Amino acid sequence: MISNLAWIFFSTLLINNFTLAMFLGLCSFFGVTTKMDTGWRLGAANTFVLVMTAVSVWFLNTFVLAQAPYLRTIAFIVVIASLVQVVEMAIKKFLPVLFRELGIYLPLITTNCAILALALFQTTRKYNLIEGIVFALGAGLGLTLALTLMASIRERLDVADIPAMAKRMGLVLIIAACMSMAFMGFAGMGATG
Amino acid sequence: MTTELAVAPEAAEPLVPGAPPPAPLTLDFWRGIADDNPVMIQMLGLCPTMAISNQVSNGLGMGAATIFVLVCSSFIISVLRKIIPNEVRLATYILIIATFVTVADLVMQAYFPVLSKTLGPFVPLIVVNCIILGRAEAFAGKVGPLRAVADGLGQGLGFMLALLIMCAFREVVGSGMFLGHPLFGPNYEPQIFMIMPPGGFLTMGLMFLAMGWWGERKKARLAEAIA
Amino acid sequence: MSGHEHGSAPAPMVEGAEVSSVRLLATLAIFGALAGAILAYTYGKTLPAIEKFAGEKVEAAVREVLRDPARLDTLYLVKDKLSRTRPAGVAVGDATKMFIGLDANGARTGVAVEEAAPGFAADVKLMVGFDPATGALIGFKVLAQTETPGLGDKIEKDTTFAPRFNGKVAPIKGTKNATTDASTVQTITGATISSKAVIKVINKAVATWQPRLAAFVKEGGQ
Repeated sequence: MISNLAWIFFSTLLINNFTLAMFLGLCSFFGVTTKMDTGWRLGAANTFVLVMTAVSVWFLNTFVLAQAPYLRTIAFIVVIASLVQVVEMAIKKFLPVLFRELGIYLPLITTNCAILALALFQTTRKYNLIEGIVFALGAGLGLTLALTLMASIRERLDVADIPAMAKRMGLVLIIAACMSMAFMGFAGMGATG
Repeated sequence: MTTELAVAPEAAEPLVPGAPPPAPLTLDFWRGIADDNPVMIQMLGLCPTMAISNQVSNGLGMGAATIFVLVCSSFIISVLRKIIPNEVRLATYILIIATFVTVADLVMQAYFPVLSKTLGPFVPLIVVNCIILGRAEAFAGKVGPLRAVADGLGQGLGFMLALLIMCAFREVVGSGMFLGHPLFGPNYEPQIFMIMPPGGFLTMGLMFLAMGWWGERKKARLAEAIA
Repeated sequence: MSGHEHGSAPAPMVEGAEVSSVRLLATLAIFGALAGAILAYTYGKTLPAIEKFAGEKVEAAVREVLRDPARLDTLYLVKDKLSRTRPAGVAVGDATKMFIGLDANGARTGVAVEEAAPGFAADVKLMVGFDPATGALIGFKVLAQTETPGLGDKIEKDTTFAPRFNGKVAPIKGTKNATTDASTVQTITGATISSKAVIKVINKAVATWQPRLAAFVKEGGQ
């Protein structure tokens, strides 16, 4: 049981990293990573929304959607949008500085493909509640890890001399390719002798 | 965005504040493919473009599904744009888009099951493809149905074009095949790296480097012409 | 990202200057109902095709790993015990099953189950066919794998790999060299971890399901 959960957590965090291996959550990956602080804070907000989504999705799947599986996409997106709204209101009330810093990126979590993808994967793989939460934690921390790493690299790029044609997306994507390649090195972690 | 334009014959409807300026349908269509390509110029919809672009057949399937959703939702949203109250605008758009995405997903699962398996969760993920919601918000909700459909078709085809370029490059280099047909004979050592995740980032990075280079050249030429 | 603002949760305005909350809620409700109706219709139309394909795929895999028996039978897993009756509230496609191959006289020739275990990149899912009396393997088929293309995916693409397992008795061990031992199999060079994942799945399948079937038979099931 523990080894199953550990496998889910570590494989989602490192081997099948949501951003670097599964190409999810890229809008924030490329958009928010110019400063490290914003980067990891958005990652933390994402993790929180992901865990809450995992719980909600489990409820939906177990009690509601068995009767109408075709309503899955709609139900998930409605739940995610509502959750993000709630999280936004909570952050505005309790952490107003963070709210100002995150600005428009907080509502953008709704269209973060990672959240909907988590809901879909959790459903296809038939995770139970605990597995779902562990999965969400792994996914969220994986996102945060990727965001933080990219942000720390881009902070240094700011003072580097980059050819004009590589500015904006070109260089960032090549860096992402190198990061993805590095994370490929984690493959095989789950295998025991 | 200026609304003080001479009204073109197509714009029989009153100008909406913030609406795209009146233009012939063909321009609406071509813009999505060239000038305002959703992937290469607007940099939207990158997640699916990199994720599934390791085979040309994937690109065709994903492109077709996205075009279907884009055209249908643009049409419905445009037809209903006067009825949808402003406050629940985005919620309604998402509902409409999600409906078409589910229809596309179900049809794919039923009649193209192998493709559906390969594309996996990225078909339902079309619902959060920034392109579709972006077009609904910026265009379909503000213009008549014909223009909305032309724009949707153009943007969708532009997306598929970018997707196919990436797919073709990755499949040919990464597995030595095109649409599953081997190209180089048995002695070709495929660069498997290209069909794995880093290859996706790299191919898109190369594409943007090319766009950046071209943009810089255009700027330099413009500067020369002025100087 | 485009700069459109996102208030995408359906929160009605408390003080609607031009539009009442009732109208907002009504709009959403109507659209929701319409969406539901369209989708229910589409689902009904496509479900037969979807289930048919899924069923065909599973049956083809079962027939392949049990070497095309005369008849197939199905047992369902209900609360960790095998039973003839499907668990309530679960669709046929989603239920955990064990397939039994029977020859023309109705004698059991083998059983087939789906099992999965972590491989190099993600889970490797197999349909495993074995003889429940001896624990000897009849065959297996790879249902899903995302191993490294060109290396790990040889467990599926290399047609000489699966036959190595024929007749081997679980629990199986992997080894790098060719072997004639009844419980040892040679792994693929350069795909050791993926090969060992296959072995792990097979051992897991036999270890989990053989006792379940024994218990079922003991309690008078057929």
